[in-house]
Amino acid sequence: MKKDLIAIKVEGLTKSFKIPLDGSSGIKQKIINITRNKKGYRKFTPLNDISFTIKKGEFFGIVGKNGSGKSTLLKSIAGIYTPEKGAVHVNGLLVPFIELGVGFNPELTGRENVYLNAALLGFSRKETVNIYKDIVDFAELHEFMEEQLKNYSSGMQVRLAFSIAIQAKGDVLLLDEVLAVGDAAFQQKCFDYFEYLKKENKTIILVTHSMDAVKRFCNRAMLIEKGRVKIIGDPAEVADQYSVDNIDVKHKKNEAKDKDKDNDNENEYVSELSASIDKDGYERNETAKLTLTYRLKSNFIPAVGLTIVKDGRSAAEINSRPINIPSQQNSRHSVSLDISLNNFTQGLYSIDIVVFIKDTMRIVESRRKVVEFVVKDDDRVHGGVIYLHDDWVAVD
Amino acid sequence: MKLSNIISRKNRILLAELVRTDFKLRYQASTLGYLWSILSPLFLFAILYIVFDKFLGIGKGIEHFPVYLLLGIVLWRFFTEATNNGLKAIIQRGSLIRKINFPKYIIVVSGTVSSFINLLINLGVVLVFILINNVELTWSALLIFPLIIELYVFALSIAFLLSAMNVFFRDISYLWDIFLQAAFYATPILYPVAFILNKSELAAQIVLFNPVAQVIQDSRFALVTKNTDTLWSISNNAITQMVPFVIIVITLIAASLYFKKKSKLFAEFI
Repeated sequence: MKKDLIAIKVEGLTKSFKIPLDGSSGIKQKIINITRNKKGYRKFTPLNDISFTIKKGEFFGIVGKNGSGKSTLLKSIAGIYTPEKGAVHVNGLLVPFIELGVGFNPELTGRENVYLNAALLGFSRKETVNIYKDIVDFAELHEFMEEQLKNYSSGMQVRLAFSIAIQAKGDVLLLDEVLAVGDAAFQQKCFDYFEYLKKENKTIILVTHSMDAVKRFCNRAMLIEKGRVKIIGDPAEVADQYSVDNIDVKHKKNEAKDKDKDNDNENEYVSELSASIDKDGYERNETAKLTLTYRLKSNFIPAVGLTIVKDGRSAAEINSRPINIPSQQNSRHSVSLDISLNNFTQGLYSIDIVVFIKDTMRIVESRRKVVEFVVKDDDRVHGGVIYLHDDWVAVD
Repeated sequence: MKLSNIISRKNRILLAELVRTDFKLRYQASTLGYLWSILSPLFLFAILYIVFDKFLGIGKGIEHFPVYLLLGIVLWRFFTEATNNGLKAIIQRGSLIRKINFPKYIIVVSGTVSSFINLLINLGVVLVFILINNVELTWSALLIFPLIIELYVFALSIAFLLSAMNVFFRDISYLWDIFLQAAFYATPILYPVAFILNKSELAAQIVLFNPVAQVIQDSRFALVTKNTDTLWSISNNAITQMVPFVIIVITLIAASLYFKKKSKLFAEFI
């Protein structure tokens, strides 16, 4: 690869921190530690020999669980942390957005904060005067600019910060969790900005928990785990792996929670309601087998229902009323359902289950997010919930 | 710290903006605002005039003693303010350092520059009193400019040293506070150097080795009265006369090296 095509090159990057054990950084503790021959700190290595290259014009996603080392990596690329071993090479002007509104001071007015924040992005006062109107227009905060920032709502602060940020002229932009703040309208603005950056052929590094954003914007992505690169390459593959990894953790947590719930929540109709699924991740042409288990504690004719949820919204609902499910009192029963995933788009799904009295449809027990699964697909043509088949015909 | 870096455009912009912010915030909540920069030395002069000239009668042998005192105190206050601002500077801008990479020395410089601007305002007030008191100004008054630059360089060097140390040992601010209180009395601010000179010439020389003391006495010589004991007037030895400058140069070099080495670790320790 030609050198001038590379935007960022990270070679064998290792970074560790010494975390003081009792939080004090005084001389007293230092002396006590020396006299007692104690180290006084714990070594923590968030980045362990990481290497990768980002080409110019790439939209590069970095994903990983909390504590996997994402932020440390980003800060090392931004030059905030000095590498312990290895090196980071950046080709071109790098503008980091570890957080929006860096340097904002609540005692200053909106206008003064614009100048201060812009200076941190490298704008002189003269240049800021020229872009000032654009910033205020975009933020839609005209009548508030002479007020102190502490009187702004948090949404207004984010809007102002974002409006300044998008003025930044850099070759490489580092974005950390920018999507995590703000309402739907603001997120849309972020997405529009990303689209614009893509068009401008800027190099972007995005650290995020939103797999949708990874699939939608990134050309390449990387999953890091415990300070090492787990996989790097196709964004869809990385996003799916991340979703699957997350299920494992959630599963264990849910099982533990359910156990607790069974013990203290004595329901007079149903106990031991749970569900399991044969796999965590499926290809679209596969069928998922869902098994529901329950024990009835009183005499009634039950039915079960389930809701498949994607992105917090119901994607499909079904119940067992067409058949009679086992209803013998005080024994464990199971019912299963084959879910053909042919009509599902890629993404993370979860399932909520309920038990109700078949005749009256009165719900007697429910569990949310009992199982989760991922539908994998390596294309970026399909979005939403329902998979539309590619029956395009060029008519005219 | 490459020289080209210090004066790079981006760093200049940032420095100017940080100084502006510091200065704006200084009198933010007060009604009289910037006026306090002038009022506070005015009141200080009134107090000194009443206490020393009317009640105690110290310094009867020195002409224009209240102005003489005021000048010394204004310079001393700059030194304590600049070093204290510098000392806190890195810690106070911790959130900035953790989120963006820029040369850290800018923060320390901006903390001391706003004190320096305050010093210039204060010196303006002192000049007014000098004129009111009919002090005869000569060309040697211009010496005040290199002198305040010398004092600024010394204060900045110490600010670099303390600000970096403060990141790793937070006790520094308390230690420095105590040190300054002791240094205030070890510096001929309230009393004339003659007090010591009468007992021991060597002791007087050692007192004037302190760069702050040397600057204060030289400034009084330049602006208030030629009847001021300075290192030059009590010592003929060129080597002895160089001591304050040697102290400043050593402090500056040691502080720069220490700051440069430690500044890489600021982001993770703050």
